[in-house]
Amino acid sequence: MSLIASNLSIKHEKNFHLNDVSFSMSKGEIYTIIGRTLAGKTTLLKTIAGLISPDSGGLTFDGHDFGGIPVWKREIAMVYQQFINYPHLTVYQNVAFPLKQRGIQKTEIHRRVIAALSQVGLEGFGDRKIQALSGGQQQRVALARSLVKEAKIVLLDEPLVNLDYKLREQLREEFRGIFDTKASEDSILIYSSTDPVEAMQLGGQILVMDEGRIIQQASAKEIYENPISTKVSQITNDPAMNLFEGRIEDGCIVLSPEIKFDLPSHFNGLPQGDFTFGLRAAAISLDDNGFPFSVELSEISGSETFLHVRHEGLKIVGLLNLVQNFSVGGKVSVRFDTKHLYAFAPDGRLKSSPYGGLQ
Amino acid sequence: MSLFYSTLKYLAVTLWSMFVIAPFLWALTTSFKDFQSVTSGATYIPWVDFEPTLDGWRSLFKSPAQGGIAIVEPFFNSVIVTAAGSGISIILGTLAAYSLSRFTFRVGPIRNGDITFFFISQRIMPPVVLSIPFFIMLGKLGLLDTLFGLVLVYVVLLMPIAVWIMVDFFNKVPIEIDETALIDGCNPYQAFFKVVLPNSVPGIIVAGMFCMIFGWTDFFFAFILTFTEVQLLPVAIVALNSSITPWWSLSAAALVSVAPLVVVAFVVERYLSKGNLSGALK
Repeated sequence: MSLIASNLSIKHEKNFHLNDVSFSMSKGEIYTIIGRTLAGKTTLLKTIAGLISPDSGGLTFDGHDFGGIPVWKREIAMVYQQFINYPHLTVYQNVAFPLKQRGIQKTEIHRRVIAALSQVGLEGFGDRKIQALSGGQQQRVALARSLVKEAKIVLLDEPLVNLDYKLREQLREEFRGIFDTKASEDSILIYSSTDPVEAMQLGGQILVMDEGRIIQQASAKEIYENPISTKVSQITNDPAMNLFEGRIEDGCIVLSPEIKFDLPSHFNGLPQGDFTFGLRAAAISLDDNGFPFSVELSEISGSETFLHVRHEGLKIVGLLNLVQNFSVGGKVSVRFDTKHLYAFAPDGRLKSSPYGGLQ
Repeated sequence: MSLFYSTLKYLAVTLWSMFVIAPFLWALTTSFKDFQSVTSGATYIPWVDFEPTLDGWRSLFKSPAQGGIAIVEPFFNSVIVTAAGSGISIILGTLAAYSLSRFTFRVGPIRNGDITFFFISQRIMPPVVLSIPFFIMLGKLGLLDTLFGLVLVYVVLLMPIAVWIMVDFFNKVPIEIDETALIDGCNPYQAFFKVVLPNSVPGIIVAGMFCMIFGWTDFFFAFILTFTEVQLLPVAIVALNSSITPWWSLSAAALVSVAPLVVVAFVVERYLSKGNLSGALK
């Protein structure tokens, strides 16, 4: 069982919402679509659901044309980023709604609703009104409604984005657990997110979207290790990968007259010339023998510190362990862990990665 | 300071309440007076200032031949015309508003907003502009001086109000609710009737109330488009205003005409005080 998209395009006036999107998805897999706001993620999910018709291209599911099947006849479930439920119904009635629409017997509906509520941790909430629930509980109801249908394709459109940090963490773990079981059965699970951490944690296959195009599709590990372009490296890292212009010259990497370092071994095959170099924030550290930078901003995040530093035109962000205090404008010595350096061609294509060698 | 502002607030509310209640009190006391009591100056306390009588109220049920004003038939005529006009307007207006809210219509430069404005523009025109075409059209259809003719006219007059209120209401309802219903197996009609409509009750009630108020209080079209066969309540009450005005009957009739609106206002008050109607859905 597979979902295949061929050259899907949707254009509104002069802007492409989807631009020649093609992919193939198989059952039992989790697919995460990652992209910035307005990248086309929701449009793609709605197109799969049948809520939006593509201007060109097509979708097939299990070898059959999906385009001619109306939304209400597609075996699809969808959870939105807003907590969308039916306010006039109780929790139980909300979850039972899609089953009633299908004309399933009452006893079977009851069994499946109770199981779904239990799966999302809402046992005993059946009689409550939706408005009486917290945001996280409302989203669980929406999730239960998507599970109860046992749909062939489950679409989750940034389902955690409107929840507070703690709840997001908790639900993310629970999602993984719920859908590990679910996906291993007979569903295709498609999850969209703007959050690279979320995408990496969910694992599975990742589709990176930008301006309506899929710019890379690979496993989470592959995307992390070998982002095929600077765009992918920016979208799939939080904070975004540091990118800086430089040259390879006489066995050295030259970023500025003062900042030069030896070529790492995985760059040995690269020719001399201009490159865009990439380094994750975690590969930046403070070292007395490093290069002089001045602090622009320091942000404490949990038990880590994001340090924004600048050396003339070169701006980078480092992720430092533990909570550390820096004064703005203060001087620090920064070390680049060149073992983790990426090289991209001036047009943005990956030329060398610490994991994949030459591209 | 807070005591000062609190006192000021209660004083303002008390004065405003008196301002609103005073005409009702005047009408209520007058409805229990006779000619002597009415002409002897402003009095308000029964049995102390004047001797109450039910003559004014009894006259509502007597025919003119018996010295009454026979308000029962005009009252029920008004009920029929207002209820039918409001009901049809709400049904058609809700459907029109839903489509204007959810679907994109384009005819040349005209867009959804222009169509909505076209509806409400019917209410911007002075009624007298509409009265002549209405009179001619109803005349040609043989519907002048009939309840059915009035219902048709009231639908034309009230539907813009329903569309205007309901478009605004539906615009505040997330379209994802409709989409979720479709995904959950409803066809578009089922999505509307099973999901959108039950969640639109507050908007429908408010729109219905405004339709009822405008329909019930209309005098102009009820006066222009009826003669002898059909008379609505506002026309019947104004007809009492003759050279010798029976103030007691007039007051009783005025109270009867206001009573349904007061009841409606109390029933829907909680929906009106919600302010943001879409709150029901978020």
